[in-house]
Amino acid sequence: MSTTTTIVTAGDSTRRRSTRRVEPIYYLFLVPTLLLFTLAITVPGVIGIFFSFTDSIGIGEWSFNGLTNYIALFSDPAILQSYLFTFGFSIATVIVVNVIAFLLAVGLTSRIRFKTGLRAIFVIPMVISGIIIAYVFNFLFSNSIPAAGAATGIPWLSTSLLANPDLAWIAIVIVTAWQAIPGTLLIYIAGLLSVPGDVYEAADIDGASKRQQLLRITLPLVAGYVVINVILGFKGFLNAYDIIVGLTNGGPGTSTRSIAMTIIAGFNGGDYAYQMANATIFFIVAVLISLLQLSLTRGRNAL
Amino acid sequence: MSTQTMTTITADGRRPRIRMERVNWSGTIILFLCAVTVLLPLYVTISMAFKTTGQAVDGNAFSLPAPFSLDGFVEAWNLTKFPVGAAISLAVTAGTVVATIVLAAFASYAIVRNWDRRLFRWSFFYLLAAMFIPFPVVALPQIQLTGRVGLDNPLGVIILATMFQLSFSVLLFTAFLRSIPLELEESARMDGASTWQTFWRIIFPLLGPMSATVGIFAFLYAWNDFMMPSLIISDPALQTLPVRQNLFQNQFSNNYNVSFASYLMAMAPAIVAYLFTQRWVMEGVTQGAVKG
Repeated sequence: MSTTTTIVTAGDSTRRRSTRRVEPIYYLFLVPTLLLFTLAITVPGVIGIFFSFTDSIGIGEWSFNGLTNYIALFSDPAILQSYLFTFGFSIATVIVVNVIAFLLAVGLTSRIRFKTGLRAIFVIPMVISGIIIAYVFNFLFSNSIPAAGAATGIPWLSTSLLANPDLAWIAIVIVTAWQAIPGTLLIYIAGLLSVPGDVYEAADIDGASKRQQLLRITLPLVAGYVVINVILGFKGFLNAYDIIVGLTNGGPGTSTRSIAMTIIAGFNGGDYAYQMANATIFFIVAVLISLLQLSLTRGRNAL
Repeated sequence: MSTQTMTTITADGRRPRIRMERVNWSGTIILFLCAVTVLLPLYVTISMAFKTTGQAVDGNAFSLPAPFSLDGFVEAWNLTKFPVGAAISLAVTAGTVVATIVLAAFASYAIVRNWDRRLFRWSFFYLLAAMFIPFPVVALPQIQLTGRVGLDNPLGVIILATMFQLSFSVLLFTAFLRSIPLELEESARMDGASTWQTFWRIIFPLLGPMSATVGIFAFLYAWNDFMMPSLIISDPALQTLPVRQNLFQNQFSNNYNVSFASYLMAMAPAIVAYLFTQRWVMEGVTQGAVKG
């Protein structure tokens, strides 16, 4: 919010003191969209926050119960587990995605052959529906890999990754990364192409090795792109839902239930108001991360 | 295609290596091996889809179909009512893409041209604030509200998906509109064009590249999303393709050729569309992500 106000004041200073009338058609361009937007997002948001302070089950009578839902949330092991899982999964996926995407981007911008074709292949996962590719991987994890493990006599391969409560999250990281790498990759390619070539020329003359050039020149120069990718990725992964439904549906047990899944479960489970409190907390988390993003990218622009 | 190859070559040309003038073959080979991990799941999907049920259950996902069978497609087509699902997915996607482009362009134009007015300036930040709100946060009240006003159907999904795409799209459009000189419009207005005409004849064509970016994001979101339609559309007969895969998961049971044929039919349109428009998709995503 603080950043918003600074932008407003920036707008104020450049404001022309015009006395012209606004043409009515501009209101026609804007106001219907504003109303629709308010009804579709703002009103549900306010309703949700309102009901988080009640004991509503979604229909029928309800009464206020103050902070009861919030207090209960913080001592609910199921909720804590879903936050722990979602954050752990998101952090792991962000690291995996960014390391792989960065290395691929370095490869794809170097002197290789079939550059266009390779790049086209690497972007394909982005256009595939998350839940459908999760079903494909589900088959591989639960049928093909165990079958291969049984055939080769490797015991740890012969049981399904998805059936192991301690390891199922790894499968979710793999599939999410498979799908998220293309978007990250494209941003890194844009970043790498923005680095001027003469920097490397100078490094070559000074006798820097390829590895030194990557770590000492490339990485610092694309640091801004790393920040964008890490935060955008992390924000997206916190909402994880589709791929988990397709792979484990939250199981085995509740070991891979994400925050989004617990909130949605509240619709059928009768704890509507309780999950609205959960959603409100989740909203605050999302806002905090967005503010972090704004301050970090703003700082970068100021350089 | 050709222009892209050209640009990548010139981009490389700016970076002459003193010792590395030759092609990096080891890098090329490593990248090809990485590309296999992308293509393998797609290969499995295609080969499984063309198998007979008998061959599909043996668990060997990597074998080629023998004999080559279309049974899976026929059964999946009938079981999931594919034509209905495809029509609804198409309608939801087209509706979301068109509505997002038009509404965001309208709003952005009004905002940029009336930036000196408080209402328009505040509207901008109001619309942008939605970027803070993930769908799960407002999902439950939205399910209730759409149900109450009779929008628990594909139309409701179009409206909600459009509203969620709006902040990002308005951000892109306004940034672009600010760079368009006023003189362009003034000459049109001099010739007696109204604001409405100016918008459609001058501004909207200029917004073309940005509309492509906005449209690609809206397309990928609307065509592939599972969460929103599964929650908002209450009648299973009106569900989109991704949700149908979930609904029929139990009925596919061990007929893996049927399920994979169904997956393939659901993902193929987006892949084919991508192969024909890959240059725009890559440019659009890069542009959108870097600016957004």
